[in-house]
Amino acid sequence: MATVAPHRVRPGRTLELGLLVIALVIGVGAYALVGLATSGTLPVDILGYGAGLVALTVGLHLVLRWRAPYADPVILPVVTALNGIGLAMIYRIDIAYAARDRVSTFAERQLGWTALGVVLAGVVLVLLRDHRTLRRYTYTAMVVGLGLIVLPLVPGLGTEINGARIWIRFAGNSFQPAELGKIALAVFFAGYLVTTRDTLALAGPKVLGLQLPRPRDLGPILLAWAVSLGVLVFERDLGTSLLFFGLFVGMLYLATERLSWVVLGLVLFVGGAAVASQVFSHVGARFDAWLHAFDDDVFNASPGGSGQLVRGLFGMASGGLFGTGWGEGRPDLVPYAESDFIVASLGEELGLTGLLAILVMYVVLAQRGLRTAIGVRDGFGKLFAGGMAFVVAFQCFVVVGGVTRLIPLTGLTMPFVAYGGSSLLANWVIVALLLRISDSARRPAGAPLPGGGAGGGPAPEPDPEPPYDADDVPTTGPTGDDVHETEIIDVREVRR
Amino acid sequence: MSELTITLLRLGYLVLLWVFVLAAIGVLRRDLYGTKIVERRLRRSGGAAAPVAPKAAPPAPAAGSAPFPKREVAPRRLVVTAGPLRGTTLPLTSSAILIGRAPSCTLVLDDDYSSSRHARIFPQDGQWFVEDLGSTNGTFVGRERVTEPTALRTGAQVKVGQSILELQR
Repeated sequence: MATVAPHRVRPGRTLELGLLVIALVIGVGAYALVGLATSGTLPVDILGYGAGLVALTVGLHLVLRWRAPYADPVILPVVTALNGIGLAMIYRIDIAYAARDRVSTFAERQLGWTALGVVLAGVVLVLLRDHRTLRRYTYTAMVVGLGLIVLPLVPGLGTEINGARIWIRFAGNSFQPAELGKIALAVFFAGYLVTTRDTLALAGPKVLGLQLPRPRDLGPILLAWAVSLGVLVFERDLGTSLLFFGLFVGMLYLATERLSWVVLGLVLFVGGAAVASQVFSHVGARFDAWLHAFDDDVFNASPGGSGQLVRGLFGMASGGLFGTGWGEGRPDLVPYAESDFIVASLGEELGLTGLLAILVMYVVLAQRGLRTAIGVRDGFGKLFAGGMAFVVAFQCFVVVGGVTRLIPLTGLTMPFVAYGGSSLLANWVIVALLLRISDSARRPAGAPLPGGGAGGGPAPEPDPEPPYDADDVPTTGPTGDDVHETEIIDVREVRR
Repeated sequence: MSELTITLLRLGYLVLLWVFVLAAIGVLRRDLYGTKIVERRLRRSGGAAAPVAPKAAPPAPAAGSAPFPKREVAPRRLVVTAGPLRGTTLPLTSSAILIGRAPSCTLVLDDDYSSSRHARIFPQDGQWFVEDLGSTNGTFVGRERVTEPTALRTGAQVKVGQSILELQR
């Protein structure tokens, strides 16, 4: 015999503030240490820099207190710490470039993008009261997402940098529209899969002990595959292509719980990539640089050689277990040390110990996203939060795997750390969406909606969900909580 | 700056990183919300109190026909206190709760000793009642088998198959 008491969910805003203080110390401390190591004194603008960072993150924290009081308390501090580490490393690389008479202003621009990203996250949190609103725009999101992906192909607007055509020029800045496209497509995938997953989960023929889906249900995955191969062929970017197909397959698995979709997706992608590596030289060069990285002729090959990859490996090796310390290494020897290879730069200066801490932060972030997906009651929110968490984890895997030569190098960015405005903006929006969903996942049943009395009223929507937590009810099969909607009606009919 | 200071700052930063990571994980551990299960034996000192508890429970259904002095303390949730789903809670709202093995039930039991539609717990006139839906092994309130809709008081224990359900405030 036992007594059962429901655990009272604490909003956790005070915990968040405590963690935020440590995260800010990590970010500003790194900035200070870079200055100490490179010039012997603290950077002159350390106070302004610290104040700006504190104002931005505490501002977002206050927005959370106001708009999403039950949001997850760990997400914001982890992201703040990662962003601070990234800013410090980019600042450090600017100094290294300046020492070699190469003028770069990456740090200033990244700081600007950070400010914009945090403000945008706050705006999303204020404007989007309920993530289920997004489900109404399922097909709009598809059009927007696909439009953003093909935007760089528009002549005059798109520009080609280093062979890949994934940027657009806009008001003097280059921007990767695909970064925002991935959010739109995640909305579409979640909205689409939540309605079709029952069909997609139906069992088809069984091959070698694996339950395959029915052949007639293969349409969507083949379409997604074709689109991602199209990106690979026309925009010549392996990373974007891999990200979209991975996102679709990952969310398909979340929706249907069928391993066969993952196997099918892997087979399709590996097949497509193998063919692409034979047909297109730029993909083939990536594979060569991966497999024969230490060959002299591959190392020295001017476009698409393995020089960058191997220098990054040497950098991390010289960092060793505890790193050289902020500002003491030579990360600038690796091309694109501030964006594609910032992981190698961090590995050099912080060592394996520091890099592992950073990777664990990403694990925590992805775990919070998946926990949010488990906790939230509606199927759309579950798929969307799961998809967002998957995107962050997948990007980390692809980037770190590429830099450490586990998989071929692709052009993805490390979320929050790598230099790149579009990536930073998109990831802050992802954080805002995760915070919004986690607020509705953790809010107790009786708690009022945030900002309910203020302003013109949030216009509460009729909630078709059952009044109890779907988590508590064991479900059979992958259909999740959609079962309970119908079943509640059954019960009422029985009463009559 | 001396070499020692630099080394200390370098290692101190790494320590700070890990302090942050471990603090975040500590918050996660505290944040794994759900239901907390406390063994009743731990709370009551000595085994002598244990046999008293089941004896105290049966009068509850007997009092069902009498006027309810405690009507205002209506139960607000249904808690599974024993069985495979131990720890599950369902809020008691205005709709009935169907219990059984069928996937269409509100509380789906994975229990060989329960029927597919085993029992129903429903509100009527401000009271909660349990009704057996013709199950094979029966539904028990305390130790008495339910033959007709029986009123449940807060704290009454309903046995369905291997599971014991309890109405709590």
